[in-house]
Amino acid sequence: MSGPGMTGAGMTPQDYELLAALAKVRAGLKIDPAKTYLIDSRLAPLARRENFGAIADMVLALRAMREERLIWAVVEALTFNDTAFYRDRIPFRQFRDEVLPALSRLRGPGPLRVWSAGCATGQEAYSLAMAADDIQGLTPGSTVEVYGSDLSERCLEKAQSGLYTQFEVQRGLPIRQLLRHFEQVDDQNWRISPRIRQKIRWRRVNLLTDLGGSGRFDIIFCRNVISGLDQAARKTVLEGLAALLPEDGFLWLGVNEAAIDSTQAFKAIPGRPGLYARNPAFKVAA
Amino acid sequence: MKSCLVVDDSRVIRKVARRILEEIGFDIAEASDGMEALAWCRAAMPDAILLDWNMPVMTGIEFLRQLRREPGGEGPKVVFCSVENNVERIREALEAGASEYIMKPFDGDIIADKFAEVGLI
Repeated sequence: MSGPGMTGAGMTPQDYELLAALAKVRAGLKIDPAKTYLIDSRLAPLARRENFGAIADMVLALRAMREERLIWAVVEALTFNDTAFYRDRIPFRQFRDEVLPALSRLRGPGPLRVWSAGCATGQEAYSLAMAADDIQGLTPGSTVEVYGSDLSERCLEKAQSGLYTQFEVQRGLPIRQLLRHFEQVDDQNWRISPRIRQKIRWRRVNLLTDLGGSGRFDIIFCRNVISGLDQAARKTVLEGLAALLPEDGFLWLGVNEAAIDSTQAFKAIPGRPGLYARNPAFKVAA
Repeated sequence: MKSCLVVDDSRVIRKVARRILEEIGFDIAEASDGMEALAWCRAAMPDAILLDWNMPVMTGIEFLRQLRREPGGEGPKVVFCSVENNVERIREALEAGASEYIMKPFDGDIIADKFAEVGLI
């Protein structure tokens, strides 16, 4: 919602095209400039925070000043951040009951690195940390390190706070998990426990350009991210992720997202929608 | 088709819950307090019960404790749906045999999530 007094009034088709082009070039985002209501609703809160009287004034400033900070704030605001704890439920059960125990047995003692790539406001990363915490009987000495990243600094700030509204903690989170892993802050807010918070490291990452130096990950969750990217960006991101996975590592995409449409770097695991393994026949860039 | 008994003293809440649950495939009956709900259950145990806490005549928690003592009363999945949101109350509900707990206000996604969590969907 754009809120009182903050609409797309004064915006021209060229303004929307500029915004869509910025999102595409900077982050590979696929934004349809004809969906003006969508762009307006995502930019209105930013325009208010930046003290512009209208979204059109912010775009005017964008054109006039070309200020990097504002450009990135606009691109980040255009990302799609809808998320929930244990979204779609089944991938997290597979992670907890099948994949993580199997990798733990295979690797023996040492850390298993799990990455929530495009974690938005952190619910996915916390779900992974809670699921890992619930596992009994990992190989002795086996530990799980969870990393959360997003393009949006504002999303990461919320993720790091671990603070969620009553409405947010009811989206996907079973009540026993809420009681086990959260503390009630007040009548409307809950905070994830320090024990779970300390399991996660957060970092701002643009999946299109920042994958170098991330290190290797045994499991990557990159769910409902590539569907918001254009075709070229999907290929770049997926092949970049493949380069960070060992040959026995796993990638989860959204249940309605398919890696195979964009690259040969992954092969789907039969009967496990959204779950992929590295394709050994595909040579990733070093 | 699975059946769900919606127990709430607010006619508006029952109407909203009925609409949401019918959309996800439940056959709905309604009761406005715990005593009326018990009468429904004694006649035919539903698969699910969406249960308010604070009601006249018999509260939700009193109803739940009695339900679990009834023949076949262990069967229904009971999802509390209440403005009571402090941890002690939630624990009390779970210990009395609730399967899940919704803190009001709620929407269709939350109801669907909670019903899926306990295997009703």
